[in-house]
Amino acid sequence: MADSRREFDVVIVGAGPAGIAAACRAAESGRRSIVLDEGLGPGGQIWRPSVRGPHGGAAAHWITRLEASRAVVQRSTSVFDIRRRAAGGFLVSGEHDGRPFEVSGGAIVLATGARERFLPFPGWTLPNVVGIGGAQALLKSGTSFVGKRVVIAGSGPLLLPVAASLAKSGAKVALVAEQAAASSVRKFAMGLWRRPAMLMQAAMLRSAFLTTSYATGTWVASARGDSSVREVTITDGASTRMIACDYLCVAFGLIPNAELARLLGCEVEHGQVSVDATQATTIDDVYCAGEPTGIGGVDLSIVEGQIAGLAASGQSVSEGLVSRAARLRHEASRMDAAFALRPELRTLAGPDTIVCRCEDVRLRELNPRWTSRQAKLYTRAGMGPCQGRVCGAALEHLMGWSSDSVRPPVQPARLGSFISDVAVSSSIENGAH
Amino acid sequence: MSAEPSVASIDVVVNGQRMRVADGITVAAALLNSGEPSFRSSVGGEVRGPVCGMGICYECRVTIDGIAHQRACLRVVANEMRIDTARLNGR
Repeated sequence: MADSRREFDVVIVGAGPAGIAAACRAAESGRRSIVLDEGLGPGGQIWRPSVRGPHGGAAAHWITRLEASRAVVQRSTSVFDIRRRAAGGFLVSGEHDGRPFEVSGGAIVLATGARERFLPFPGWTLPNVVGIGGAQALLKSGTSFVGKRVVIAGSGPLLLPVAASLAKSGAKVALVAEQAAASSVRKFAMGLWRRPAMLMQAAMLRSAFLTTSYATGTWVASARGDSSVREVTITDGASTRMIACDYLCVAFGLIPNAELARLLGCEVEHGQVSVDATQATTIDDVYCAGEPTGIGGVDLSIVEGQIAGLAASGQSVSEGLVSRAARLRHEASRMDAAFALRPELRTLAGPDTIVCRCEDVRLRELNPRWTSRQAKLYTRAGMGPCQGRVCGAALEHLMGWSSDSVRPPVQPARLGSFISDVAVSSSIENGAH
Repeated sequence: MSAEPSVASIDVVVNGQRMRVADGITVAAALLNSGEPSFRSSVGGEVRGPVCGMGICYECRVTIDGIAHQRACLRVVANEMRIDTARLNGR
């Protein structure tokens, strides 16, 4: 980029469906808009650019629209601090390709997406034990699963589509294990009748790997291996069996990325950023759209993103968009109930199971009477590079500990990024940008 | 089964060994495709590899062109890129 410090009317963090929709609506009105994203190109996770082929459908539509808009798209950019300036507006700091990066904006749209929930069990730290969305991301970024034996386990609507795309790429999917009971999954699937397009999609996914068995009420109890996972133990609570595999893909639904919202002081309830009908948070000029406001899927993210983009750029929001968001939000709420986590998952980790992967803190080192803050102080659990993004949800599930307050930087930054004034001026002098 | 798209390949140097990888893929994909599932050594000495695939978990950290702690899942391979896992640099 030509400069690393610039002024915008709207700064959007995250270029997934919500961020793209927000950027389009804000930029199309002529407001100076920039969207910052950690990825290699716009799309976020669900529309992640793939080395295997171009985007299709809604992704292609919105990414084309983004390109046609005058929004600046800044890829490979991590945001680690946003603060209000005395002069008004916000200063957004981060790193772009490892170099300090700073922009200012009159309004902020947080479209930071979601991450997967990982729960500890014996063997979950072995190489080739990956997330479900994680496997999809690795596949799209060029990892070959040809001939690999894969077990997919955990919970949520991602299991089937990821199983289908791995199977299509040449993986041997040995088992898809959903922890939720058949009755709840069936009830959720029945709800799809009301959305014929989704039902078609589900049927197509199923036909893509007809030889794979899909088990409900079934979960991974443990994994074993050496330099990588070799075998997993699967259980339905009554009986267990062992399955040999090269990859275990396991995750338990999605959790909102609410770190930046917390940092700005926005109200966050049950892990979800509170917003009004215009996607405004409890902090003036800060909007939030998509998964951080509650896991709702891509359609809702597009609608919320549009609302946030309109509102953040001072435009009026149509009644139609607001009621569409409300309808989609209602549908999403049924998903939570269908994939509720069974209590047995709390008992998988043994005393020696690592719970904080960054600091290698084992379960037996934690006292259930502590708070998460005490755990940090006494054991460093949650103090490593991921800043509790993985173990936070795990410890909330195991110990009932809620997430702590967030302090900048919300991601590990290189020291040089904190002395950005010096770094920016010296790089301009040296013509480094 | 869909065929892998034919793409240009480039040279990278993994732990001192030169290898050809498809252009445009991530460092994480290049390492996994080369049969190297362990990327780093944890503080307790365990082998670890990619988990989230999207820059959240920091388990896929490797040294790229001499700079440590780079997330392999967020970096695209480049010609003559030097990639070192924990195996050689002893972290």
